Amino acid sequence: MGRLRKLLIPGVDKKLLVRDAVKTMPELTRRRFITAGTSLGALTLLTGCDVVDSSSAEELLKKVSKFNDAVQAWMFNPDALAPTFPESMITKPFPFNAYYGLDEAPEIAGADWKLEVRGLVDNKKSWTLDELYKLPQVKQVTRHICVEGWSAIGSWTGTPLRDFLKLVGADTHAKYVWFQCADKDGYNSPLDMGTALHPQTQMTFKFGDEILPRAYGFPMKIRVPTKLGFKNPKYVLSMEVTNDYKGGYWEDQGYNSFSGS
Amino acid sequence: MTSLAVGDHQAETATPAKVIQPVWVRMVHWINAFAMILMIMSGWQIYNASPLFGFSFSSNITLGGWLGGALLWHFAAMWLLMVNGLIYLALGFATGRFRKKLLPITPAGVISDTKAALTFKLSHDDLSKYNSVQKLLYTGIIVVGVVIVLSGLSMWKPVQLHWLVSLFGGYDIARYVHFTCMALIVAFLVIHVALALLVPKSLRAMIIGR
Repeated sequence: MGRLRKLLIPGVDKKLLVRDAVKTMPELTRRRFITAGTSLGALTLLTGCDVVDSSSAEELLKKVSKFNDAVQAWMFNPDALAPTFPESMITKPFPFNAYYGLDEAPEIAGADWKLEVRGLVDNKKSWTLDELYKLPQVKQVTRHICVEGWSAIGSWTGTPLRDFLKLVGADTHAKYVWFQCADKDGYNSPLDMGTALHPQTQMTFKFGDEILPRAYGFPMKIRVPTKLGFKNPKYVLSMEVTNDYKGGYWEDQGYNSFSGS
Repeated sequence: MTSLAVGDHQAETATPAKVIQPVWVRMVHWINAFAMILMIMSGWQIYNASPLFGFSFSSNITLGGWLGGALLWHFAAMWLLMVNGLIYLALGFATGRFRKKLLPITPAGVISDTKAALTFKLSHDDLSKYNSVQKLLYTGIIVVGVVIVLSGLSMWKPVQLHWLVSLFGGYDIARYVHFTCMALIVAFLVIHVALALLVPKSLRAMIIGR
């Protein structure tokens, strides 16, 4: 196979080519390219040719992913509701899932916590948990679908995000609501305004009729049944209404940013 | 400019070899082969993130390096696969190729041709006519191709296309359907490639047309 490849690209040393390409990349890109690289290795082995080097393939894939964001935004129907299920179908135990173990999950003292509201809103006051608990709440039993492929049905109760955005006088023509969280390494995630205004998008305070446990994001998570799980931030500290795309923990590493269901 | 070359050319056009595979078939075939391999290899990497069964695919045969990379490949190659597939279906129906080449399929024909194939008595003299086993496999793989795209779409958009998910009996079942279709395509691929190598002129027909 090696000899075949040399025959196909005479005079080009593949390893040197890649090393040169890596050198021209900025530090951050290089790190991601190495840790999260979209390996072409197996394909090269299979076809015996190496017509594209990995970094240009990665650039192309990023462009297609942006195109897919646009396609999904176009497909998104603000009135299409995620299917709901009877309580008997709730997955027990509902899985804890994060990029860290449960013992590393944020431990937030509810009495000290305040939700910070920033950006394009009329009222930037911070909200205590008691104040938030007084807002009207609704319950939903919906399917949480993880980017990994597994899914689980859960029961979430809280205030529709669109009601809260109205309450604080948010500019609902802005592009995103950007959440920052207390997870280690600083979790964050942008939510497009269309989805933020979806009737089932919820500021969640309860799971299974009980105060949201630490495992599922106490004191507050954002439940978005029209998005993959990683677009449902937990341990939320602040929300910012913004026109800027500020990226997100997983989005920056290559998960599709819209990731709508 | 040699007269010899011109003479050769004339001789060639005077008795043209029969075109077995028209150019559009060859083009969509190889584009499909490329897209399919990208989809399968990236799909195996995605599967590894949450395996349905008690095994994972070796990273030597997967594409993408990790879940995020594999998803980028999968959701890019899907466009190639889908657009190419739709062109194939449209032309297959419009040109009458499906009707002429794939029909009729009778159980008796399939049984007798399978027997003939297994005893190496199946004739390959006229590659433009498919035998019953070929008809069955090629028709079957088109159906599998349609089902794998539909089950994939329902996993990608389980809310927007919830009616499609219901058609498969739910999100979790759609995952198994998607996996099963992949397994069928891989099985087809093994047989298809093995047979093409056994009858090399069929491979030549799919490359140069005759």
